[in-house]
Amino acid sequence: MAMQGYKLPNEVPWNDIELGAIVTEPGSASFKRTGDWRTEHPVVNKEDCIKCGICWLHCPDAAIIPQDDGYFEPDLYHCKGCGICAAVCPKKCITMEQEVEQ
Amino acid sequence: MSKRVVLEASHAVAEAVKMADVDVVAAYPITPQTHIPERLAEMVADGELEAAYIPVESEHSAMSCVLGSASVGARSFTTTAAQGLELMHEAVYIASSHRYPIVMAICNRALSAPISIWCDHSDAMSCRDVGWISVFCQNNQEAFDMTAWAFRVGEDPEVMFPVMVNLDGFTLSHVTEPLILPDQADIDRYLPKYNYRLALHPDNPTSHGGFGLPDVYTEVKYAQEVALRDSMPVLDKGWKEFENIFGRGYKAIETYRAEGAETLIVTMGSLGETAKMVVDGMREKGVAVGHLNIRLWRPFPFAAFREAVKGIKSLAVLDRAISFGGPGGPVASELKAALYDVDDRPKVMSFVGGLGGREVDNPVFEYMVNRTIEVAASGSDLLFEPLEVRGLEQGSGVRG
Repeated sequence: MAMQGYKLPNEVPWNDIELGAIVTEPGSASFKRTGDWRTEHPVVNKEDCIKCGICWLHCPDAAIIPQDDGYFEPDLYHCKGCGICAAVCPKKCITMEQEVEQ
Repeated sequence: MSKRVVLEASHAVAEAVKMADVDVVAAYPITPQTHIPERLAEMVADGELEAAYIPVESEHSAMSCVLGSASVGARSFTTTAAQGLELMHEAVYIASSHRYPIVMAICNRALSAPISIWCDHSDAMSCRDVGWISVFCQNNQEAFDMTAWAFRVGEDPEVMFPVMVNLDGFTLSHVTEPLILPDQADIDRYLPKYNYRLALHPDNPTSHGGFGLPDVYTEVKYAQEVALRDSMPVLDKGWKEFENIFGRGYKAIETYRAEGAETLIVTMGSLGETAKMVVDGMREKGVAVGHLNIRLWRPFPFAAFREAVKGIKSLAVLDRAISFGGPGGPVASELKAALYDVDDRPKVMSFVGGLGGREVDNPVFEYMVNRTIEVAASGSDLLFEPLEVRGLEQGSGVRG
């Protein structure tokens, strides 16, 4: 993520918070890791994938990223594991796999 | 040139808002505040005041509108009372959390039910913990002066908090009194142009009202709390500068004939004027009594209060609201908390009266003083004593 020089809210001490908690860095919500909220993550089976992009259209967190080769991959920094991509895939080629303790 | 005029407090507030050259007024009329938005709407319609007047459909919309106008750095004003304040309640918190220096005049009125249009402080007490700066006025001159002060201190870069100016419904809002309207040039000198560093603007994008996860919410609230308490020196300076320019001085805690006093009557709002008359009368009879006016309710001036009651034996505190099922009158319980760790603290006697427009006249204050002196000597297990309740024996009340 492009986070150079930017402190996440949980790194900022109380006396360094902007007046009224106003956000002065546009787009900074994308710096927040939401991937660790997940209990399952999507895995794409490229053998069955027809590159239709329906998963990409439906992802509520814009966490399905088009790749240069035309396939789609989850952005696991942001993916919350909701499973919508797997549910809408017409080829059923996305499966949700259990997260395991690293 | 300043001029001596005769105005009701509502129109005095409207004059102050006009002289502050406010940019946006959004308000919904409600008794007894009606004359404030009415007069401001007239001023805008007549071209006396160049501002956007937004005739909103509710008080919730009134506060929401001024939140919007404040976010772009417009000097913003709204006003309400009682049920109107309750309807806007959730948005009131947002103004202080975003640190928008909105000014709101509240013509204090009893909350329903039963429906009452008359004065007490139950509406103000419901806003005790909203994070605004809160002041109370004793007369019409103060209604003008506190409104001008509210813009001055709220917008100070070291403060940046909204300010509510409380004036007693009808007793002040509809009562005509002589007062001095200052010269516009002096107001301009007192109240510099407002420049909001974080105003919403495409050239300098900012987000107001972000999402606060558990990992940041506590820090944000702590910062807000410290900032409100730290505003105290600026609030005092605002009154000092006011005195330098206009000749009328104010303090967070004000005392009257406290020298040599053993008992102080404590009030907030217009009843302070009656209490001072009672003090004069009782002093002539040799009773060692004085008066303490709480002008600043939030942030509460703990240090100034403790200093003002040093050596005092008892406080007769008048609350114009009930904290149902709670520790007594909300002001009295606040004062008890302020004094708990003080050695040789005065006995605090909590009285609740003046509810829903009930008169609190001289004999009632005299009773409070005499009863407080008696209780300070003999002790009492009452949490508070309600004043003049039909069917209730005098001297009895609510136990914990």
